[in-house]
Amino acid sequence: MTARAYDHERSATVSNRVKRLVAELERRNIVQEPALDAAVESFLLHATPVNGKRVVARAWTDAAFKERLLEDASAAVEELGIDMSHWAPVKLRAVENGARRHNLIVCTLCSCYPIALLGPSPAWYKSEAYRSRAVVDPRGVLVEFGVTLGPNVEIAVWDSTAETRYVVLPQRPHGTGDLSEEELAALVTRNGLIGTALV
Amino acid sequence: MAFRCGDRVRTRLRNPEGHTRLPAYLRGRPGRVERIVGAFPFSDERATGNAGAPPQALYTICFAGRDVWGDDAQAETISADLFESYLEPEG
Repeated sequence: MTARAYDHERSATVSNRVKRLVAELERRNIVQEPALDAAVESFLLHATPVNGKRVVARAWTDAAFKERLLEDASAAVEELGIDMSHWAPVKLRAVENGARRHNLIVCTLCSCYPIALLGPSPAWYKSEAYRSRAVVDPRGVLVEFGVTLGPNVEIAVWDSTAETRYVVLPQRPHGTGDLSEEELAALVTRNGLIGTALV
Repeated sequence: MAFRCGDRVRTRLRNPEGHTRLPAYLRGRPGRVERIVGAFPFSDERATGNAGAPPQALYTICFAGRDVWGDDAQAETISADLFESYLEPEG
């Protein structure tokens, strides 16, 4: 049996591979670490879950915005002044939860994640356990996150395998009719935007 | 673009040596074109070092959970973004 190159690479952790790559880029004078740090810092400055929460609160209070968001989320979030310019050329897609439908986001191949809207991803999102189980055992995974769905609620799983980044639009909680957009935004959690929480 | 929204397709059953963005669990499965995402450089070709890989159509393909995992599937649907090269008409 012929050993394939990537079989050997699997034993190295991703962080070790990144360090090795950065060292190699520096050695060849392609990029230096301070410039790399500055680029990452500048990107992360604008990448926070505050963005995702704002988008959800606006969709809950403005039906026309919600419609635009579900049709073309990239364009809709730009309306809110969210800076996407530091992001890779990806399409943002919002998927809406309903009384009979719950959405769950995963990237089975690596760790694709809507960083611009949610900030850096949590460690569990990148774990092999979540990545492999979210597609085959989504109900069980949700229970472990404290979310028990009724048997009549269908689960739609979105595997971010290429250039789309998904974000969940949770259902607006009951009894929040009096809340302002800012107060509504404060109810939304990062996990709610991934689908591992209801809100 | 070879496919339109609503078209029935089947993912190719392939096992390439290099990088691919067609997950193993979705190979050889029937699905439906749910959305056309656009055209993007083909990931499998970019991975070989060809940064100038020509754009290729990318589709969101929606699979019925039972077509992937059988009758006891928990997910009603599983959707993934797949390049045109991974797809053929269901036939």
